[in-house]
Amino acid sequence: MDLRICHLYPDLMCIYGDRGNVITLARRARWRGIEVEERALNAGDALDPAWADLYFFGGGQDQGQDVVSRDLDGPNGDALRRAFASGASALAVCGGYQLLGHEYLPAGGPPIPGLGAIDVTTRAGKVRFVGNLLAQAAQGTLIGFENHSGHTYLGPKAKPLATVLVGRGNNGEDETEGAVQGRIVGTYCHGSVLPKNPWLADMLLAWALERRHGPVTLAPLDDGEELAAQQAAAEVARTRP
Amino acid sequence: MTLRTAAAVAAGKLARAGLQTLGRGATALPGLVTLALDPGAIGAMTASLEHGAVIVSGTNGKTTTSRMLADVVRAAGWAPIHNRSGSNLDRGIAAALLAGSDWAGRPEGNVAIFEVDEASIPRVLARIEPRVVLVTNLFRDQLDRYFEVDQLARRIAASFAGLPEATTLVLNADDPIVARLAEGHRGRTLFFGVDDPTVGGLVPQSISDATHCPRCDTRLRYARVILAHVGEWSCPGCGLARPARDVSAAAVELLRDRSRVRLAGAVDPVEVPVAGLYNAYNALAAVAVAEALGIGAATAARAIASFRPAFGRLEVVEAEGRRLRIVLVKNPAGFNAAIGALLEQGGPHRLLAALNDRDADGRDVSWIWDADFEALAPAVEHAVATGLRARDLALRFKYAGLPRERTEVVDGWAAAIRRAIGLAPQGGEVVVVTTYTAMLALRDTLARLGHVRQFWED
Repeated sequence: MDLRICHLYPDLMCIYGDRGNVITLARRARWRGIEVEERALNAGDALDPAWADLYFFGGGQDQGQDVVSRDLDGPNGDALRRAFASGASALAVCGGYQLLGHEYLPAGGPPIPGLGAIDVTTRAGKVRFVGNLLAQAAQGTLIGFENHSGHTYLGPKAKPLATVLVGRGNNGEDETEGAVQGRIVGTYCHGSVLPKNPWLADMLLAWALERRHGPVTLAPLDDGEELAAQQAAAEVARTRP
Repeated sequence: MTLRTAAAVAAGKLARAGLQTLGRGATALPGLVTLALDPGAIGAMTASLEHGAVIVSGTNGKTTTSRMLADVVRAAGWAPIHNRSGSNLDRGIAAALLAGSDWAGRPEGNVAIFEVDEASIPRVLARIEPRVVLVTNLFRDQLDRYFEVDQLARRIAASFAGLPEATTLVLNADDPIVARLAEGHRGRTLFFGVDDPTVGGLVPQSISDATHCPRCDTRLRYARVILAHVGEWSCPGCGLARPARDVSAAAVELLRDRSRVRLAGAVDPVEVPVAGLYNAYNALAAVAVAEALGIGAATAARAIASFRPAFGRLEVVEAEGRRLRIVLVKNPAGFNAAIGALLEQGGPHRLLAALNDRDADGRDVSWIWDADFEALAPAVEHAVATGLRARDLALRFKYAGLPRERTEVVDGWAAAIRRAIGLAPQGGEVVVVTTYTAMLALRDTLARLGHVRQFWED
């Protein structure tokens, strides 16, 4: 069995350790004997919608997000929409999450269009949300570190990934964190998010493998270190938010 | 000096004397007292310095470079006032001035060397008019505090545009973010850089603060990548390129525990008695500042040759017959540079790795996933992880491919030190890789065990 991961714009959208998510996906697949091929898509490259099973889209700086937004406004945006329509999965963090939504409304200036792959809209907030983020998902604890000034609001097609216990999450108002729509997950958790939330990594792996290999049951792994780190970080969030 | 400044100075001196009576380091609090009473005190106190003030800033290398510079100006016969402790916010500067002045606020030195946190540059420049400002490099560092590098660079450039013509900027030509900071400056700018074509990174360069042109957003082209986004860069879009180097390292020879830098146009090389390419860069920056101050390269080279490394920067401590080499890491670029230096020396290495998430470390520990643990792991014989976020570190080692039986978490500083020492043979070495507040705690513990002096004594 093999898995194809495409890292979207790694040179521009890979801040706050987001690379750890790709490392984690690849490791957890290889530990189970699954071959992994990773490719990067940089601005100006042509995206082949038939290739990847799983896309990773990280957060970026302002300058980077401008370049990426322009690139997605062209043929690569259409290709990515086609990839999602034909069953590809995705994890998008922070800026990547915002760019997969409908649009981003800055404090001044025109809206920045997003891909519209998830039913969310983001507007610039006055305060930056910075700190440990602890949330509860149906599948398990979600722990990370958030650092964003965008406030994201979910439309009816997107479901929250988790309920905020400590921190701000999507917008600091409705106690939701992240979004799930089809096989796309968006979150504000840096950390990196996947190493300390192995259930989320495995959920994405199972979705991604299904695209070309049919339904799969992943062999269990010994997640002792993952869960120890998760519990310690959750304790930090509770005691030193 | 105004009455207000005089009162503020006296109050700060009083706080300093009190702390010293209690046997405490006085590296920030007295400065805070003085600044609270008179925010203009540091400007008033530096204005009378015969040779002016030098600001040393940048993400990595500022402590080592400013310490080298203090030695350089001393070799030129000047008397520096220097915030040596690494307490580099404006309160640290005020505290250093208090320590180097009499009770009337008259400086006892004739030149100031201030290491300034890069995020504090605008605030510090609003208060003093320095003779020279050095920026070594700008990498992502503790982003929960500084936010994004390009935003930080814009703020710094704006503060440089307000500097008087008499101020000289000394900038790293190899860093595209730093090289561009001079654009609004009315005075002179001196660039330094590494022109040795054989110098490139040993570690894969995966950190991307500036892979795109800061002027036109085109992807930058690199003839050589030295570290992260530092290298021989140019923009194929708008033609922006590495500025001409006024102080250039034509050849850099990296040796086990030191390096040798041959400057373009100079006969004798600069012997740098600390290991690693990044320390060669620090020495180059110090030579460039010396040039800006009118001190000759030969004098600078002489001072650098007898330099002693600063607290926590590849410092060696003897403990129970083992050598502990303490390496301070604060961000992925610094980490990669440090492990680049370790890998140049071969292996295998026994590690004591300590990760804290206090404000001074950066509360977001995500950065460890940007650091190249994958390059380090094959050279590690055993790693003891400790600190407030020890389990994050152990997890990072696991995903970097270090087998489980070679990693362990030990809580408690003393227990972790004892375990790491116990795993090394007599005469062996333990590399201590640590974030800032974890280093302070380890230092404290080592001191209690009788292995090291308190740092503010040096």
